[in-house]
Amino acid sequence: MENLKLELLELLQEDCRMPLEKLAVMTGKALDQVAQAIDEMEKDGVILRYRPVINWDKMQSNRVEAMIEVRVTPQRDMGFDAIASRIYRFDEVKSVYLMSGGYDLLVLVEASTLKELALFVSEKLSTLDTVTGTATSFVLKRYKQDGVVFEKRSPDGRLVISP
Amino acid sequence: MSERFISPLVRDVPPSGIRRFFDIAGTMKDAISLGVGEPDFVTPYHIRNAAIDSLLAGETQYTANRGLLPLRREISGYISSRMHMEYDPEKEILVTVGASEGIDLSLRTCIRPGDEVLIPDPGYVSYAPCVTLAGGMPVSVKTDVRDGFRLSAEMLEKCITPKTRALVFPYPNNPTGVVMAKADLEAIAPLIIKHDLLVISDEIYCELTYDGEQHTSIASLPGMRERTVMLNGFSKAFAMTGWRLGYACGPAPLIEQMNKIHQYTIMCAPRQSQVAAIEALQKGRENQYQDIENMRKSYDRRRRLMVNTFNEMGLSCTSPGGAFYCFPSIRETGMTSEEFCTRLLREKKVVCVPGTAFGEAGEGFIRCCYATAVDQLTEAFKRISEFLQTI
Repeated sequence: MENLKLELLELLQEDCRMPLEKLAVMTGKALDQVAQAIDEMEKDGVILRYRPVINWDKMQSNRVEAMIEVRVTPQRDMGFDAIASRIYRFDEVKSVYLMSGGYDLLVLVEASTLKELALFVSEKLSTLDTVTGTATSFVLKRYKQDGVVFEKRSPDGRLVISP
Repeated sequence: MSERFISPLVRDVPPSGIRRFFDIAGTMKDAISLGVGEPDFVTPYHIRNAAIDSLLAGETQYTANRGLLPLRREISGYISSRMHMEYDPEKEILVTVGASEGIDLSLRTCIRPGDEVLIPDPGYVSYAPCVTLAGGMPVSVKTDVRDGFRLSAEMLEKCITPKTRALVFPYPNNPTGVVMAKADLEAIAPLIIKHDLLVISDEIYCELTYDGEQHTSIASLPGMRERTVMLNGFSKAFAMTGWRLGYACGPAPLIEQMNKIHQYTIMCAPRQSQVAAIEALQKGRENQYQDIENMRKSYDRRRRLMVNTFNEMGLSCTSPGGAFYCFPSIRETGMTSEEFCTRLLREKKVVCVPGTAFGEAGEGFIRCCYATAVDQLTEAFKRISEFLQTI
C-alpha cells in the first residue's frame, strides 16, 4: 500500500485531474484499491488540496509577491510554532517555512499593490512582539514553480521517426 | 550520371522502410509521433556535466582504440554486477560508436562471402542490410504472434543450412518488446551449439524489462560465451542516444579482430561520450542505478496505459515485457500495416511505424512507442480512436 501511495502521489503531482481509471491502469492496481489509497491520503492530510499551477502573468491581474526573511525570538516551550502560526493566519501570507541558516522564517506574501504589501510588512508583520527583523524581496519574474517551467515548452528534439 | 560509380552491392540495399513516413511526417506541423525509437528523457544532468567538465579541462584528444581503460573497467564491473558475467576489460571489451557499430563490426569480422545469417523477423531494421554489406546472406526467421513473437528452436532449425554461420539475437526486441526468458534461451542454446553458430546478441534494451521479466544474456548459458558477441550501449538505459556510445563484449580473439576494423575505420569513439559514460556507470554503481530505475518505472506506467487503451479500442495488443514499444495488431481493420499508418498519418496526424518496416512478419501490426508524455499519448489515443470510427 505504501508503494502504491508513493506512486499515486508521483502521478497526481504531474496531473491531479487524472481519472481514477487511468491511475489504476498506470499503476497496474485495482480501481477500488487506488480509490482507497487516495481516500486514505486525503483523510490523513497527505493530500491537502488539488490545484492548478497558474501563470498569473498571462492574466490581467494585479498581484505583487514578496519573500520575506523574518528573524524572531523563539518562545519558551513553544519554539517557533507559536509565532509561525500568528504569521500564517494573515490572509496575505501564502506560505511560511521554518528555515535553517541566517534567518528563521521565510514568509511568502501576496497583495494587489506594492503599497498594500509594504503596509503589511510595516504594520502587521514587524510589529509582532517576537519579530526582531525582516528583509523583504519582491518577486520580479517566475521561471519555474513546483517543477513546472513557465516559458514555452522546449520542442521535442527527437526525430519524428527513428528505427 | 555519377550512378555508375556506385557499387551494385550498396545500390541494391533497399532504403529503410521508415524513410517514406519520415518524409511525409516531417512536413506536418502538429503531428503526434509514436514513431520515435528513443527515450523521451534527456541524459541525466550529472552525466552531461561530466562531459562539459572534460571539454573545459581540454580533454580533446584521441583515446585508445578500444576505448578509455577506466571506461572498459566500469563496463566490466557493470556487466559483472547486473548480468553476472565476467569480461576482461583489457582484451574482451571494445567501446564502439553506438551498438550499431558493434553490429557492423561483428558481422564484418565473422561473415565470409555467401555465409547465411539468421535474423528474427520482425526485428530491428539494420541487421539485414549490414549482413548484405558484409557479403553475407540475411535469412529471416519468421516469428508469429501466436507464439507471442518468441523465437523457438523449431523455427530456427527450419532455417539452418550448411551455409548458416551466425544468428542475430535481438532481445528484448524492437519492435515487439518480447523478452526471451532463461527457459526460452535454454531451449535454443543446444541447437546453436550443435550447428556451431556464432551469436550476435544485441542487448541494448536489457535494462528495460517489466512485469517481473528478467533479462538473461544468452552468453551466460553453458557453452555460449565462446560463440557470442554481446552488444550493448548507453542509448536506452541512460538516455544517451545522441552520444553514440556502445560496446561489444566477447572472446578475446573476436574482439581483437573487430578492433582491427574499428581502428582503421573509426579510430576511437568520441572522448567526451566516453567520459560521460564513465560518469553514468560510476554514479550508477554508487546509487544502485537509480536513474535507470526511475526511467524504467516511468516507461512501465505508460506501457500499461498504452496496452490497456489499444485493447479497449479493439486493437489487440499483448503486454510487451521489454523495450518501450507496443506492437498492436491492426488486422481487424482489414488494412495492411502500410495503409493503416499512411491513412492514420494523413487523416489524423499520428505517426506510427508499419510493422513491415521490421520485416514481412510484421504485416498486420504497427509499432507504437510509449516513451512520450502522457498528455501526448492521450491525444494520440483519442485521434486513433476517432480514426477507427471512420473506417
